[in-house]
Amino acid sequence: MLTMFPEAQPVEGLIGGLIIGVSSALMLLGAGRIAGISGLASRAIGLSRTGTPWPMAALFIGGLLLGAFAFQALSGPIEAHYAPSTGMVIAAGLLTGFGTRLGSGCTSGHGVCGMSRLSPRSLIATVTFIASGMATVAVVNALGGGWQ
Amino acid sequence: MTRNLIALLSGTLFGVGLALSGMMNPARVRGFLDILGNWDPTLVFVMGGAVVVMGIAWRIQKRMHTPLVCDQFSLPGTSLIDTKLIGGAVLFGIGWGLAGLCPGPAIASLAINQGNVILFVVAMVAGMGLFGLTERKS
Repeated sequence: MLTMFPEAQPVEGLIGGLIIGVSSALMLLGAGRIAGISGLASRAIGLSRTGTPWPMAALFIGGLLLGAFAFQALSGPIEAHYAPSTGMVIAAGLLTGFGTRLGSGCTSGHGVCGMSRLSPRSLIATVTFIASGMATVAVVNALGGGWQ
Repeated sequence: MTRNLIALLSGTLFGVGLALSGMMNPARVRGFLDILGNWDPTLVFVMGGAVVVMGIAWRIQKRMHTPLVCDQFSLPGTSLIDTKLIGGAVLFGIGWGLAGLCPGPAIASLAINQGNVILFVVAMVAGMGLFGLTERKS
């Protein structure tokens, strides 16, 4: 099906995506909250004073680590290749932290929860950060900063 | 109490979903953003699967008066499309493209302690803190 893209993992991606959807649906229908990770993380570490009650935010974020840890314990090492440049990683972290708070959301809040709600705000945000990410990768590659 | 359990279960499922989907591999996420190069469409399947389930969840939500274990829904009600929204998304997108990490996978990766992800998360927290400072001034 995806012979044009030999590296793609459509089956794992789809199943993982469905699990992420169930996770977000549980938060929405069970607790009446958006599973938006940038917001919950900011709340969990005490950087925002309003929003989801602190214990819920902290437990959700703790659960993220628990889920990844359990997955690796049961099915072996999770494959991951990181950016080679430390400076690039630190700059990326700063931009991600500042940008997700300024724009009120990231891939989970705007991308999954907002787009599925057909929120124009989230659709615009998602299209914008995907376009911005694509432009960034293109520029980095053109400047010879590719990973491989 | 029950709502805390729901948050823990939801976060755990989210972590499992990220790990299984390959989204904890920054090279794969970067591959999705590398539209002019060796494009990897996996993220489309992840996002598609999640959005379909949540699309159904939003339909159910419309028929519910209260969530299962809380007194009321606490959902964002704003529809404002302003420079903060766009500017924030542009900055986040640059960060996403540079490192192939967004907040969820970055935080989940702390559990498997690989590579330089800890630097990313420390910088991300600093970025969030910096935003808090600019908010307080304005």
